[in-house]
Amino acid sequence: MTGTTGEPGTMPGPADAPVPDARMRAALRRSDLVVGGLVLLLGLLCLWQAAIIPTTPLYAQVGPKFTPYLVGGMVCVVGAGLTLSAWRGGWSHTLPEVAEAPPTNWRALGLLGAGLVANLALIDTLGFVFAATAQFVLVAAAFGSRHPLRDFGIGLAVTFGAYLAFDKLLGVNIGAGILEGIL
Amino acid sequence: MDAWSGLAFGFGNALTITNLGWALLGCFLGTAIGVLPGIGPALTIALLLPITFQVSATGAFILFCGVFYGAMYGGSTTSILLNTPGESGSIITALEGAKMARNGRAGPALVTAAVGSFIAGTIGTLGLSFLGPIVVELALKLGPAEYFSLMVLCFVTVSAVLGGSALRGLASLGLGLLIGLVGIDLQTGQPRLTFGIPELLDGIDVVLVAVALFAVGETLYLAWRHMEGKQEVREVGRLMMTKEDWKRSTGPWFRGALLGFPFGVMPAGGTEMPTMLSYYAERKLSKHPEEFGTTGAIEGVAGPEAANNAAAAGVLVPMLTLGLPTSATAAIMLSAFQSYGIQPGPLLFTSQGELVWTLIASLYIANIMLVVLNLPLVGLWARILKIPTPQLYAGILVFATIGTYGISNSVVDLMLLYGIGIIAMFMRRFEFPQAPVVIGMILGPMAEQAMRQALTISQGDWTTFVTRPVSLSILLLALLGLVGPRLWALAARRS
Repeated sequence: MTGTTGEPGTMPGPADAPVPDARMRAALRRSDLVVGGLVLLLGLLCLWQAAIIPTTPLYAQVGPKFTPYLVGGMVCVVGAGLTLSAWRGGWSHTLPEVAEAPPTNWRALGLLGAGLVANLALIDTLGFVFAATAQFVLVAAAFGSRHPLRDFGIGLAVTFGAYLAFDKLLGVNIGAGILEGIL
Repeated sequence: MDAWSGLAFGFGNALTITNLGWALLGCFLGTAIGVLPGIGPALTIALLLPITFQVSATGAFILFCGVFYGAMYGGSTTSILLNTPGESGSIITALEGAKMARNGRAGPALVTAAVGSFIAGTIGTLGLSFLGPIVVELALKLGPAEYFSLMVLCFVTVSAVLGGSALRGLASLGLGLLIGLVGIDLQTGQPRLTFGIPELLDGIDVVLVAVALFAVGETLYLAWRHMEGKQEVREVGRLMMTKEDWKRSTGPWFRGALLGFPFGVMPAGGTEMPTMLSYYAERKLSKHPEEFGTTGAIEGVAGPEAANNAAAAGVLVPMLTLGLPTSATAAIMLSAFQSYGIQPGPLLFTSQGELVWTLIASLYIANIMLVVLNLPLVGLWARILKIPTPQLYAGILVFATIGTYGISNSVVDLMLLYGIGIIAMFMRRFEFPQAPVVIGMILGPMAEQAMRQALTISQGDWTTFVTRPVSLSILLLALLGLVGPRLWALAARRS
């Protein structure tokens, strides 16, 4: 259930991956450094948020600040460790999946992103059914579907069916939008 | 209730039409999502959590456990026919299973996987029935200090012992703990880590995080690396095993089950390790080692599949007896207990004995249902594999929207979902494990509570964690888990 449903046909386990060349290794090391830095930043963020928790004078033993300090401290230590490990060469170049990865598919990512944004923008006004259908068409296009009209039909059927199931069976309103009052 | 009377009562309850219906629905759904690449039991149970508003606790948990077991069965079908594991426990199955399928032996591979899953699932459930009450007996003697130490051990094993790197595992755990801290502190009423956003005062919902990690992050990652092209689904062929196949499978089934169960029980979680060990053991023991990695050896499917299912049953032992989740799926089930207002832990077996024993009885029934669902209906599951990727992922994201916006009707939640989804995409790229995030988020607040209780009892004396012998030994174990592998590696390098 975690990170294992790789691309079609990738063999799991220790595959004999192509060895990245020096230029690629340097780029991978830089990206690892960024990740280490971001984890460190996350820890600092947690420490800062811990520091601004107002303390109640009533509480004596363990106040609300203690655990955030503890977790923030741990994340900082881990972030520092990751940064150090990236400095020494990083870990990305040892990952077979990275070495075998095809180049970034900007078209797919862009369409998928557009789908998510469309959903965000439309859901409060048009409601779940239409916003999610718009997202359905864009996401299907991102993964290479060339039949937007057919996808629109499928999407509408799926979202409408889900809407009815949740509304009628479970009594959960998942956002009627413009369908409000019609059903 | 002891195991026998518990089981008698449980079967009486589980064999009602309603409960059988929940079990069947769960098994069906579980197999389907196990077959589909890209969705696993953790995501499915998270998306099903809203039914806790409507359905009784017993019905809901029978459904969830059906999904949990079913996904283990379904995962093997995908591994064999598509050479892409449907979920993490089936990675090893793909090694030999896909090779058997390529040589026209998909049928025997599917049969040995299903029968092995049945045998191991039943052995595992037997283990749960008889080990559970014993663990509860012991667990009732533990105080908050011991509980806190147990949770620390659980954190260490799920993040630092398993997986590629302790640092990356701990970073994932840290993110989960951080998410768990967001919201109002229950003991003092102070808002924590809310960044002044009122929507965050209630904390971040576990469904949202699970959906972001397992659906949005995964989909984004696949789009990032998307290549056009079709996958080939192998033909099922005849579902028959020869006499020789049966003879070669029997040993691996039982060995796999006996190997898998203890791994599931220990707070080390995960099905990857026992399946891998079973695979190596069978390759060593096989009389046909030349078939491994070439034409596909049936032992290499039978053993790991059995280990996988026995481990899944084992995971339920710490979940039901101690309230300790050792996998992402168990963690989400634990949060379902909380949404019913049921406190998971050793008292579950006494205060909710009815629920627990009905659930365990349903597991036996689910196993029988699953072997029936998976063998004659394997053609149906093979057809599910032909759902084209574009519509599959588009559909997954529709359900992601339902799981978050549908419940809260809040666009802020949707933004949070996509934000965490983007983080999850990069976690996937840099190989940060996802399970510790979910476990940290759910177990973190429980650990904090246990720690505070322990310190209240000891009147603020921190040494309580190391002066109580049981607590100290658990903490030492955790320390060993953290530094042990490193010392080992260091020693190995020196010699």
